[in-house]
Amino acid sequence: MTDTAEATGPILSIRDLEVSAPDGTVIVDGVSLDLAKGEILGLIGESGAGKSTIGLAGMGYGRGGCAITGGTVDLLGTDLVQSTRRTRERLRAVRIAYVAQSAAAAFNPALTLGEQIVEAPLMHGVMSRAEARAWMQHLFTKLQLPDPESFGSRYPHQVSGGQLQRAMVAMAMACKPDILVLDEPTTALDVTTQIEVLALLRALIRSEGTAALYITHDLAVIAQIADRLMVLQHGREVETGPTVQILEAPVQDYTRKLVSERHKSLMSAGVDHAASDMLLRMDGITAGYGAEPVLHDVSLTLRRGETLAVVGESGSGKSTLARVLAGLLPQRAGTVEFNGTALPDDYRRRSKDELRRIQLIYQLPDVALNPNQTVAEAIGRPMTRFFGTRGAERRREVERMLDLIDLAPELANRLPGALSGGQKQRVCIARALVAKPDLLICDEVTSALDPLVAEGILRILRELQDRLGVTYLFITHDLSVVRRLADRTMVMQFGRVVEEGPTEQVFEAPREDYTRLLAGSVPELRVGWLDEVQARRGLAHPG
Amino acid sequence: MRRPTLTAWIGLIIIGAFAFVFVFAPWLAPYGLEATVGVPFADPSAEHPLGLDQNGRDLLSRMLYGAQISIGVSLAAVLLSFSIGIPLGFFAAIRSGWTDVILSRGVDTLMSVPVLISALVVLQALGSSIPVLIVTIAVLDSTRVFRLSRVLAQGINVMEYAEVARLRGEGLGWMIRREILPNVSGPLLAEFGLRFCFSFLFVAGLSYLGLGIQPPFADWGGMVRDNQQGILYGLYTPLWPAGAIALLTIGVNLVVDWLLAGQPNRQANR
Repeated sequence: MTDTAEATGPILSIRDLEVSAPDGTVIVDGVSLDLAKGEILGLIGESGAGKSTIGLAGMGYGRGGCAITGGTVDLLGTDLVQSTRRTRERLRAVRIAYVAQSAAAAFNPALTLGEQIVEAPLMHGVMSRAEARAWMQHLFTKLQLPDPESFGSRYPHQVSGGQLQRAMVAMAMACKPDILVLDEPTTALDVTTQIEVLALLRALIRSEGTAALYITHDLAVIAQIADRLMVLQHGREVETGPTVQILEAPVQDYTRKLVSERHKSLMSAGVDHAASDMLLRMDGITAGYGAEPVLHDVSLTLRRGETLAVVGESGSGKSTLARVLAGLLPQRAGTVEFNGTALPDDYRRRSKDELRRIQLIYQLPDVALNPNQTVAEAIGRPMTRFFGTRGAERRREVERMLDLIDLAPELANRLPGALSGGQKQRVCIARALVAKPDLLICDEVTSALDPLVAEGILRILRELQDRLGVTYLFITHDLSVVRRLADRTMVMQFGRVVEEGPTEQVFEAPREDYTRLLAGSVPELRVGWLDEVQARRGLAHPG
Repeated sequence: MRRPTLTAWIGLIIIGAFAFVFVFAPWLAPYGLEATVGVPFADPSAEHPLGLDQNGRDLLSRMLYGAQISIGVSLAAVLLSFSIGIPLGFFAAIRSGWTDVILSRGVDTLMSVPVLISALVVLQALGSSIPVLIVTIAVLDSTRVFRLSRVLAQGINVMEYAEVARLRGEGLGWMIRREILPNVSGPLLAEFGLRFCFSFLFVAGLSYLGLGIQPPFADWGGMVRDNQQGILYGLYTPLWPAGAIALLTIGVNLVVDWLLAGQPNRQANR
């Protein structure tokens, strides 16, 4: 951009990068990469793979006391590792800029968006105020933000999540950097918003000729935007290659697993639940917190052994539905019938047996487990509470349960802090299952987990259903999960049921526009998917 | 728990030394509490390392005995205030609604009168004996403990694991003992240290005003008052008990700082 294209070599060149945590653990080990002008390199891997650390090291920065302990980071001819702090700070924002996952946390709520976006160009003296403003409006236009002239005078809380994320891209682009480091920029967004932001981001990067390091755990997202991919695991490079090659002909086992896992169906074929008894019937449920109800006249039925998925974007009321069912939020109107009898609306009025029959599994296992209770206590307590199981018998049962969820028996005496995210979620599943529930409400149980770990959790849930005949109410925004797991799907929007039917039918032959939009927004794991969607919908085009 | 830092070690050593004196004072003291052994304000000598007080009593012996009263009274007051404040605070947080409103507004009412004024009124009315002193300080202090426990418990109560326990139909006892208390013990422990310092200073202050510990018992605040005219003659006598108060306060604070810094970051780390 500002530079002429004299440099034909890479503009960012990282060699044998080693980054260590304050306690001396090496978290990135011997990673090398080159980024050419205008190129988008995707860094993909699970949490703890070192993706973000590499992205930040590309700016010569170590987060949370991490330090670059080896290798070189060459940005436009300057080695960031050896250079002084002043030099690094001058290069940041002007030549290389960072876009974080959470836009809400990246903006100061007390200042307008515009002030924060023009701050860097003014501070670094690369533009006058008028130039910076004009450039900001140009970016706003490119990012299709409403009223580009006046958008900058809004405060962060006055715009939507997708708009804020785009404003953060504008902030990163404010000094016309040569390189953008994008750290999961669309992960926190709803699916329909995600593709919009993704398409605009791609168009902007291409039209400005900016190079980018795109960090994500979502292979389907990165397939739409990256020229090359680097797969990482445990801080080491697994393999690197052009996007098409990585997706279609991965060399390493780990990559192959990453690419293939999310396609397999988990449904047990040929099971017809139409003949089973009715377990749950919710009729005309209206519920909410403030003056305006969140749920409007929602009805659903669930047969024993069936899996019903409730899908929708954030704010659609799907979690509220779970809270009503659990008795945590008494409904204002409507009835819940469970096992043929009316269920009291407040959990405090439900009998011990009624409480036992409905169990919940939460999104974040970190806050769903008491940090000061061991695994054995967490799993054992419901046994004592509901069945009076104690002592040696309880210990045996806990062990049997751990075996059922594929956890080693010696984990029984650990505290949750000493478990991984996937292990914690398994403990939560076990805790729910020991109550021998009829209905298990799974509220976004895999969305906080890495893809391969989430895969393991889904498989376990599936297996347990076949073995124990539990009924699942599966609440999620991840439609790829729904397709593989649910017998029936219910789509919600603004607290109302949009469409409901067998999963296959809802996805393949949606009756409602919103269902079609939602189903069409799930990124597919192939290059060119985004282009097709754009062509279909007339979204932003590159350049 | 984090390993003690250098400052924490200093604090622990100070507390340890005071605890030792607290327990063994009668054996350590070379002279009796009330024994007049020389002329008032005699200079320090080999027999009397800190000199004599305004009545010609051995200052070191009186300070050692004073440790028992000063530390004992404030320790008892703090323990009592925590036994009142924590259960009520947790109860208010778990029950919420009207229970919470009544308890919280009651506490607000109590807190709206300055502590010193309330204490002076009660002690004037009932007369200052050690049990009255302890209960008065404990009740006034428990309002602060109530507020802290309530807000800590509210934080835990909205956690999903607390919700799981409620949905399991767990009773009040289980919620308090197993779900909430273990998860807020850090901040409460730190608060315990701070409140100990405050009530220690409060006892000293009341004694200085003449409404705290009454003769024949010795306590450091009272000793500062009794010997204050010594300052006029350029004597160190009142500075020794004042220094003991300051030293213990600093020691406790150093340990509290370490306990507070050791608190795990409660934000979910994703």
